[in-house]
Amino acid sequence: MTKTLNLSRPFGNRPKGSLAFGSARRGLVALGAGVLLALSPTLAAAKELNLYSSRHYDTDEKLYSDFTEKTGIKINRIEDKASALMKRIGAEGANSPADVLLTVDIGRLSVAEKDGMLQPIKSDALNKAIPAHLRDPEGHWYGFSTRARVIFYDKNKVKEPPKTYQDLADPKYKGMVCTRSSSNIYMLSLMSALIEHVGEDNAKAWAKGVYDNRARDPQGGDTDQLRGIASGECAIAVSNTYYFARALRKDVRDLSGKTDTIGIVFPNQDTFGAHVNISGGGVAKNAPNKENAIMFLEYLASKQAQTYFAAGNDEYPVVEGVGKSASVSKLGEFKADTQSLDKLGPNQAKAQMIYNEVGYK
Amino acid sequence: MAETPLRRKASWLSILAVAFALLLIAPVAWVASSVFVPDQGTLAHLAETVLPSYVTNTLLLVVGVGIGVLLIGTPTAWLVTMCEFPGRRLFEWALIMPLAVPAYIIAYAYTDVLSHPGLVQATLREVTGWGPRDYWFPNIRSLGGAMVMFILVLYPYVYLLARTAFLEQSNSYSEVSRTLGRTAFQSFREVSIPLARPALAGGVSLALMETLADFGTVAHFGVPTFTTGIYQAWLSMDDLVAAGQLATMLLAVVLTLVVIERAERRRARFHHARRIGDLTRHRLEGKHAWLATLTCLMPVLFGFILPIVILLNLSIVDGHNLFSARYAGLIKNSLSLGFLAALAAITPALVLAYALRLAPGVLSRFAGRLVSLGYAVPGSVIAVGILMPLAAFDNAVSAFLEASFGLSTGLLLTGSLAALVFAYTVRFMAVALTTVEASLTKIPGSMDDASRTLGETQFGTLRRVHVPLLSGGLLTAGLLVFVDVMKELPATLILRPFNYDTLAVQAYRLASDERLAQASTPSLVLVAVGLVPVVILSRRIMTTRAGRRIGSG
Repeated sequence: MTKTLNLSRPFGNRPKGSLAFGSARRGLVALGAGVLLALSPTLAAAKELNLYSSRHYDTDEKLYSDFTEKTGIKINRIEDKASALMKRIGAEGANSPADVLLTVDIGRLSVAEKDGMLQPIKSDALNKAIPAHLRDPEGHWYGFSTRARVIFYDKNKVKEPPKTYQDLADPKYKGMVCTRSSSNIYMLSLMSALIEHVGEDNAKAWAKGVYDNRARDPQGGDTDQLRGIASGECAIAVSNTYYFARALRKDVRDLSGKTDTIGIVFPNQDTFGAHVNISGGGVAKNAPNKENAIMFLEYLASKQAQTYFAAGNDEYPVVEGVGKSASVSKLGEFKADTQSLDKLGPNQAKAQMIYNEVGYK
Repeated sequence: MAETPLRRKASWLSILAVAFALLLIAPVAWVASSVFVPDQGTLAHLAETVLPSYVTNTLLLVVGVGIGVLLIGTPTAWLVTMCEFPGRRLFEWALIMPLAVPAYIIAYAYTDVLSHPGLVQATLREVTGWGPRDYWFPNIRSLGGAMVMFILVLYPYVYLLARTAFLEQSNSYSEVSRTLGRTAFQSFREVSIPLARPALAGGVSLALMETLADFGTVAHFGVPTFTTGIYQAWLSMDDLVAAGQLATMLLAVVLTLVVIERAERRRARFHHARRIGDLTRHRLEGKHAWLATLTCLMPVLFGFILPIVILLNLSIVDGHNLFSARYAGLIKNSLSLGFLAALAAITPALVLAYALRLAPGVLSRFAGRLVSLGYAVPGSVIAVGILMPLAAFDNAVSAFLEASFGLSTGLLLTGSLAALVFAYTVRFMAVALTTVEASLTKIPGSMDDASRTLGETQFGTLRRVHVPLLSGGLLTAGLLVFVDVMKELPATLILRPFNYDTLAVQAYRLASDERLAQASTPSLVLVAVGLVPVVILSRRIMTTRAGRRIGSG
């Protein structure tokens, strides 16, 4: 009790004079204004770059710090899912501080372009370095690395592995297939590509078939699907390539050391090719530091940055002459599906609906 | 200060309360206003396909968690308050510890150990020689798993409020009950519980609101809930209107919850007689004593000790370097956000609670109920409700200044710490308000009367009677907000200023890249930092032992 009374003394002993309160109030107002100024985001300065990124790979730290070291341009970052970042850019409108938007999915990038969030740029360096099918002809966006979404299987259990995405729906694989949940962006993009190639009705039948073949309810990330094979729960799994390559290169718990029994299939090699996606970016429409933004994109297409994508995160570099990481090389060569890339964005909402209609969790 | 008629003072107070409430509810209202806009057919599609199962999951989750937190929180609170058994003094504060562990982090830890290649099942297979499909094992990544995770970290809400309620129940009640021949357990059931009902309802509703707003845990487990539906409409289908409408439905459910809780509280509003003398605890002997110890040990073991051991193990195997400048920055950011938000939440909470006490009219009640809604709204929904109007405001101001003075201000508030702190205040006002209100309710109206009779003004009563008695409650409110803010993720992600990573953001980033081992480092720091306020809370609990007078804690 004594203690609490002591606590209250600052209130209790204050003189009642209005003067004291008045000056306190003036002080508060001044303080408030100062705090507001200090809290509000810094207005664009010359040597800065504001990056909105949905890349979530820890190895990217080096990518950014090297750029700063090279150019003296400080990178300010906000990271979140691309769709959330796009909502923010959209809301910020004409005064948005965003210079560059980076995503891990071409679908989002094309939606950003369609919604007028990106501006076309001209860069000979980028056009020269990046193959034409991995960039927007008008320069709204550029792809800096690719990854394939492929099929993995347990060599001991599956003697005839599926050769195509369509095969995953074959009833002979009942109780064998593991995937992550349908609202994941990689699953949506795969479905978007299939809608493009086989049509909505077939894509829907496919989703139902794959879901009926599930070994367990969709859960976890891609690594968890691979772990499912290692632990015997799944015979077949769908995952992005870099998650498997990472397990070959360094220690991934409960997966590295067990990769020998896991086989890889690049699907649809006789038809449209394995589904690939792009991690890429573009310059925001109202970029306050446009020069820096272009410089940054050009840096991402440089040998050094490309090596980080390849060696640090086991992605496929897009620039010729930059080697794949040793682990990615082990996966082998494949034919990639390049036709459907520009359809991944427009088909995305449809893709989610199809999954929902067949009850794909 | 001149003497003002009570009525005028009170109405002035309720107007202020309503003003605060409107400001705090504005983001949610903005989202809810989407009910009046036609969506793109997304809602109909969802209703036809997945929504029914999402609703079922959500209902099951709410019922399961509600029962679970009651079953753990109430008996443990009663045991440590009313009984004497081995380890009681330790459990008294240790039982709060799980509050420092975010639900998504406990989920990471248990997934790692219990899911397939994890330690438990690997050992099981090794020992028994079973193959992958030869035996049944509960799947942690399921509705049941999510339920257990929430119960383990949210029961402290019930425990805290129940314990306070038990402490304040006059000793004489239970003594009378025992004199009348009731056993310890019967007094618990027939006297303590009914008296503590408002507190229990408050604790459960906090736990349920947090459950409803969660995204990280259910997403990690692949359990689609109503929140999943909101995210899907918003992020996968790009239909903000449909997302807003879904959020509004969720709000309706929450509103019901709030109304029930309030009704419960009103039904049982009585000021307890002041405790006289020391509380005599039932001394439990032999089997009963050990049973009590076990009952209190289980929640601490599974809600705190075990997950921490798992995370520690992960971080030793393959963690990050904690003692780096980067982590120092993360810790600093998390702490500052928690501190600012706690400060920001206290004033409106105090005003609203006072309005409810002094001017208990329709307006004040309405205001109090409105602001509680934010707690059950997913952080991202609040974030959208702040981002859109705020950015529009900023742009309008900038355009106006540019047109009038040729001076562009850019975005003043959007992307500022102030906006983020505002989001936290909206989201966690229920926590602050419930706590402040609870401690205010405990001050009998007769004290006000006495103070006024002795010539104090209304304000003087506040200053010289209420504030000293309330300081404990205010501190608790601030601390609860602080802990919640440290854990908050979705609103932080979308609203934060540049380069403003927090511990929660870092943990989430690593976990979503499936680097659970590395994610253990920020997770552990998060828990450790979250423990600081919890320890302070515990210490306060240690000092509010029986025998002290009400209000001292």
